[in-house]
Amino acid sequence: MSDSYTVGDERENEQDGAAADRADGRNVSTPDPVDETTGETTPSIQHIADADTVIEAADLTVHYGDVEALKPVNVRLPAQEVTAIIGPSGCGKSTFLRCINRMNDMVDAARVGGELRFRGKNVYDEDVDPVALRRKIGMVFQKPNPFPKSIYDNVAYGLEIQGYDGDMDARVEEALRGAALWDEVKDQLDESGLDLSGGQQQRLCIARAIAPDPEVILMDEPASALDPVATAKVEDLIDELAEEYTVVIVTHNMQQAARISDKTAVFLTGGQLVEFGETNRIFENPENQRVEDYITGKFG
Amino acid sequence: MSGSSDVADLTRAGSDIPAGRNLAVRGVFFACALLTVLTTFGIVVVLFDGALGFFREETLFGLLSGVLGGVLAGSPAEAWAALRTGLGTQVTVREFLFGVEWSPIIRPRSYGVLPLLWGTMLIVVGSALIAIPVGTATAIYLSEYADRRVRKVVKPTLEVLAGVPTIVYGFFALSFITPIIQRFFPGTGTFNVAAGAIVVGVMIIPMVSSLSEDAMSAVPDELRNAAYGLGATKFEVSTDVVVPASLSGVMASYILAISRAIGETMAVTLAVGMQPNITLNPLEQAQTMTAYMVQIGISDVSVGSIGYQSLFAVGLLLFVMTLGMNLLSLWIKGRYQEAYR
Repeated sequence: MSDSYTVGDERENEQDGAAADRADGRNVSTPDPVDETTGETTPSIQHIADADTVIEAADLTVHYGDVEALKPVNVRLPAQEVTAIIGPSGCGKSTFLRCINRMNDMVDAARVGGELRFRGKNVYDEDVDPVALRRKIGMVFQKPNPFPKSIYDNVAYGLEIQGYDGDMDARVEEALRGAALWDEVKDQLDESGLDLSGGQQQRLCIARAIAPDPEVILMDEPASALDPVATAKVEDLIDELAEEYTVVIVTHNMQQAARISDKTAVFLTGGQLVEFGETNRIFENPENQRVEDYITGKFG
Repeated sequence: MSGSSDVADLTRAGSDIPAGRNLAVRGVFFACALLTVLTTFGIVVVLFDGALGFFREETLFGLLSGVLGGVLAGSPAEAWAALRTGLGTQVTVREFLFGVEWSPIIRPRSYGVLPLLWGTMLIVVGSALIAIPVGTATAIYLSEYADRRVRKVVKPTLEVLAGVPTIVYGFFALSFITPIIQRFFPGTGTFNVAAGAIVVGVMIIPMVSSLSEDAMSAVPDELRNAAYGLGATKFEVSTDVVVPASLSGVMASYILAISRAIGETMAVTLAVGMQPNITLNPLEQAQTMTAYMVQIGISDVSVGSIGYQSLFAVGLLLFVMTLGMNLLSLWIKGRYQEAYR
């Protein structure tokens, strides 16, 4: 371990323990220790067994106009684990995340090449309806963005547009409990979501994302606008979410990635996925020199 | 403790900022602002005084000069007569506001403004029924659906529509809309409410669409993304998120458009006619408050006659209505902004 590596030992050990517990408890197949390298551009990508792959990128590229935002990405993200995507600003980590639920569609100039498979289906196929895709893949954004509606309506919205006609109250409560917000807001469900604090708003957004029970939850730097206390709460929550959902989280905060994730993908400048694998290994013993430099704070 | 020589000199005297220029600039700007305030004040005074003449037979100005003239001429009787005239009642406010017969020039005279108000309301309701749905849909299209190139063409085109002189809209109603109405409803006269309402509706569409689009574009993308991320369709994002979040601006645009329809003059004078009429049949002719004012303004009624005075009373009522609408729009804007920001 390098001198400048700033994650405290205690925390690291915690993280080790948690990851080990989880792997043991849920029979997640561990990545093949033998490197299946996929060409020169992505030398350190560990592959996982197909059965556990939820999201798979195959030569996925993104261009904004003439600018190449993402060099061909090949990676498989495992089910029911937290995958952290880290990297310096402008490295394409958010771009990659937004490919997964096709939020890049909203950017006029964005062009996507290659394939991004969700449960084996290329989401960029002609016959894919992005609306249907996004109903299976929830998203939490950088800045808390509750609708200017009541807390209840915020959580219920996803279910409403999907035409859910079951016990809405129960689902709202379940989602709020899932987001560790129920006890704080159960007496003010009719009040505006905007009246909550920033951290509560972000947990409300998480409740909103999990209410329709998606398979995957994408998080784009969900704690970057929060204070340390609220950040800790959101991180705890992410840990719990991974028991039910596949979580892919973009963060610029390496300690956070080390604390909460099982797998880590490192993007570096130029939109290149440089290394992917077990979080512990990436942080303790990265294969790629640039990744090591980045993680140890030599740049980025 | 440091000596005074170490203290930074931040006083104006110690700098090279000219003191006088600031004051002069401030003075010029203040004078410009004052000009509009004074003009508004002058208009309000003239309107009120003129309207007073309608109800009291004599304006306040006329009353004062009459009394003063009598006193100066040493004739108390003359001053008394002027005072009596000035304080007498020509038309009661009640008759004006609730009377259903408007004929201030032709005998038997009656001074109920309701037929004119009714004509104005028919235009307002009719044009709002056209402009609000079409304008709102246009705004949603421009803000949420249209790609940049389409918006670049459509938005300026709409604003051209807003720049067409209203008299041209009047011709358009007479020469284009009315003939079409007559084809479907033979027997419809040259002047009819429907043509006026349609043409005013078209006229105020840009107001609704442009102001609403501004409000919708100002809705932060984070809110849209939140809904898209949940699997909302474009339509759901528009109706569930964008419109509610921009409601204050959208409502304000409706009210400003309605206010414009109330005050609209030339097009309705040409299209709707000059016949005060309380009717629900849009194929009949009617007369709006504004059209009446045009009629009297270009007629040969003499200054000081009741026909002349009625201009001010109707004008004052119009002013109160549009002022009320503008205040309402401000209130709505402030109120909803609080709830949504």
